[in-house]
Amino acid sequence: MATSLVEGESLLALDVGASNTRAVLFDIVEGEYRFVAAGHSPSTAEAPIKDVSEGARNAISTLQNVTGRTLLDESRGLIAPAQADGSGVDALVVTLSAGPTLKAVVVGLLSDVSLESARRLTQTIYARVVDSIGLNDRRRADQQIDGLLRICPDVIVITGGTDGGASRSIQKMLEPVGLASYLMPQEKRPTVLYAGNQKMEAEVKALLASHTASLHFSPNVRPSLQTEDLEPAARELARIYVGIRKKQLHGVDLLDIWSNGHIFPTGYATGRMMRFLSKVYSTTKGILSVDLGASATVISAGFNGKSTLGVYPQFGLGESLSGLLQYTSLDDILRWSSLDISTGVLRDYLYQKSLYPSTIPATKEDQVIAQVVARQALALAVQTAARDFPRSLTTLKSGLLPIFEPIIAGGGALSGGAGPGHSLILLLNALQPVGVTTIILDQNNLLPLLGAAASRNNLLPVQVLDSGAFLSVGTVVSPVVSANYGAPILKARLTYEDGTESRVDVKFGNIEMLPLASGQAANLTLRPLSRSNVGFGPGHGGTIPVSGGALGVVFDGRGRPVQLPDDSVRRRELIKKWHWTLGEQ
Amino acid sequence: MLASVHHILPLTTITRERILPTAGTVLARLNQKVGPGDIIAEAKWAREHVLLDIASMLNLPINAADKLLKCKVGDLIAAGQEVAVGSGLFPRSVRTPREGRVVATGGGKVMLEVGETKFELRAGIPGTVMQLIPNRGAVIQTAGALIQGMWGNGRIDSGLLINLAEKPDSIITSARLDVSLRGSIILGGICKDAETLQAAAELPARGLILSSLFPSLLPLAREMRYPILVTDGFGTLPMNSVAYRLLSSSAKRDATLNAEVYDRYSGARPEIIIPLPVSQSSAVPVDLLMFEPGQQVRVRRPPATGAIGTLVSIRSGMTVLPSGLRASAADVKLESGVTIIVPLVNIEVVG
Repeated sequence: MATSLVEGESLLALDVGASNTRAVLFDIVEGEYRFVAAGHSPSTAEAPIKDVSEGARNAISTLQNVTGRTLLDESRGLIAPAQADGSGVDALVVTLSAGPTLKAVVVGLLSDVSLESARRLTQTIYARVVDSIGLNDRRRADQQIDGLLRICPDVIVITGGTDGGASRSIQKMLEPVGLASYLMPQEKRPTVLYAGNQKMEAEVKALLASHTASLHFSPNVRPSLQTEDLEPAARELARIYVGIRKKQLHGVDLLDIWSNGHIFPTGYATGRMMRFLSKVYSTTKGILSVDLGASATVISAGFNGKSTLGVYPQFGLGESLSGLLQYTSLDDILRWSSLDISTGVLRDYLYQKSLYPSTIPATKEDQVIAQVVARQALALAVQTAARDFPRSLTTLKSGLLPIFEPIIAGGGALSGGAGPGHSLILLLNALQPVGVTTIILDQNNLLPLLGAAASRNNLLPVQVLDSGAFLSVGTVVSPVVSANYGAPILKARLTYEDGTESRVDVKFGNIEMLPLASGQAANLTLRPLSRSNVGFGPGHGGTIPVSGGALGVVFDGRGRPVQLPDDSVRRRELIKKWHWTLGEQ
Repeated sequence: MLASVHHILPLTTITRERILPTAGTVLARLNQKVGPGDIIAEAKWAREHVLLDIASMLNLPINAADKLLKCKVGDLIAAGQEVAVGSGLFPRSVRTPREGRVVATGGGKVMLEVGETKFELRAGIPGTVMQLIPNRGAVIQTAGALIQGMWGNGRIDSGLLINLAEKPDSIITSARLDVSLRGSIILGGICKDAETLQAAAELPARGLILSSLFPSLLPLAREMRYPILVTDGFGTLPMNSVAYRLLSSSAKRDATLNAEVYDRYSGARPEIIIPLPVSQSSAVPVDLLMFEPGQQVRVRRPPATGAIGTLVSIRSGMTVLPSGLRASAADVKLESGVTIIVPLVNIEVVG
């Protein structure tokens, strides 16, 4: 994409979510790009308004009130470019996650090769795979056709064959897709992405072009059996997603015009940013981003300039919550509750919340339920995403998360929390990070917006990231160890820049903290006991530089994976104690 | 801030678009008076398809097989009828296994649609056909009471409304359902067991209006062939007082229960319509409002889920809630006289 080199270009970023629409202004302040302010408004994709641009205008109006800068003209159109009187903005980018989850069908040859790539590709957008057609499919062609007609998918992703490889088998797979599309009413025909054997392009066109809503091509996701390259196809699929939304949701076309085509699925924009950040950090460890939203939970991991992206609508905290029990049990969710809550109350909560996704907890008990549900959704999403993490990432023990540095967390359930302690305990309980990692809270949910902004101005994300727009919660030390409750597992010494020291002895089962304010740096000396492993090897310690945060340096001495007591009273007391330690009442 | 509006109206003008899921024939006429059970449009479609691979069956190249076809698109083929015959001294033939219509030929194959069924679209509400939508359906208008619900099982029917809920938090049980309720729409209350749903099916009832339903009963409720509408939500929620007053005072009237599946994007909601004779047109429901003091509101989340109250004032700025969250909020005086602080996103205007 073209990079803007226009000096001083102001940029407005819109995030159209399932529940809320945000307008965020970035501009030059003292010679560098800064996050200036944000305005919020309820999203308007749903009835009765059914026009996302209305929510966008309302969010921009709120932003106008906050900044005092006029951004909309008298007819509520966006003023662009910026005018001499200071009104308007030079550019707009949009991220979009509002709208019903797309129904996707994946088509490929082998279930653990091309179909697996198609599945991974499909989970870069807000879609649910509702059927798959492959060589192992035992259904007859007419049964596959009837299946497609019943489902009426929004999008079909076709992969299969290495470049120049199998073609007859792919042709066999294409037939039911072509015939089913042909039989569908014009307005219900699916959009098709072909990302398979490139030698088949002409045949694919001949078979499908006249029967689909639109037919798209991208480079093969599996140019060879050993190589998987999803990025070009993911870029095309992101464009397809926006195209489908234009048909489904009024107002997306207007935002597309306002933004000059710089409109992206929110999750995809996050993935772009993670790829960029993994280049910036360029460490041997990976970096992790988690976003807990109403429409989906998005997990993205970056490593060596590459990224994995998983958009999981089934783990969103909005209307899909009633389906969460397909993946977990009420008891498993409630194990993490600090209050005695019945399974019936939790079940009612899940269904009631799915009716009213935009509502928020007003009582303490409701907040506790919301938090344990969010924990479970995040834990499930990370477990699912971890299957696609590269094997090269450093791990301390199999079955645990690899070492990530840093972990960036955003989304309504985390950024809209009651404080950093609330967010941190949720993250520690759900992700159970290992070793030493920095937890960064994207309190303004800027990450996807910066990923979208990079398409217009690649200087902006770098400077905004350096500007402190993200909240560092602190450095977290999580030893991997098994011990008896109360047994010493780690001695730590924090040496501040002025030479003073703080020390803590961490006992198994406890969370401890040492103060280190945001912006401060210190050296942290770790002496593991009981062969605990903080990343230097079992029983090995060392000294590392750490930076401060809202909660300083946090030691999570609960071991990995965290084993909760079976006794419910003791378990709840322990959970309360952990919450209190991190300042959450 | 924009407010969601939940319609519970004693008298209003109700206009509903009723359309086929696929193109078909519209039977209704403009300005026609229709009853809820009247068929206003119909469509035919096939549920299944049969794909005959002629080339493979006759062991011929595709082009050669296409030349041997004895049918074309649109032909109605009887079961066992030949669709292609090979050549030679002892020619093989391909016969269709089922009766059907040819929908595609070519590539050495023939595809038939089989098992054609007819979909009949009923008016759903009694009223007047105000507009015809070519090949799809019609717009029907009526006047009466309108009570929206939160969940529906996708069925629709009409009948006499019978009240079995003595109070808003009544629990309906199968023991209350006797043969005298056959053909009626039953105003129940909280439904906790499968036996009640089964008993209503066995009567059969024309519909069941519930304040709340146990989530575990949802799969069964979806299977029931009579409409089930839930007014307030899941679990053991009592019926909100506004809906209860209106429904209980409408007992013995004809009612239409359209338990449409809630679709937040299209705006389709399950609803109860109680037609009323009117001499002049009544107001149209307002779908969009800004929050204002004096409005009647319904609380959507604890601590007073389902409770009706009056919006006393909207608080300036952000309010810290007992949960610790900060949000735009309002003071709401509940019918019990207690005033609570509620985030604006947790209330909806009733009207």
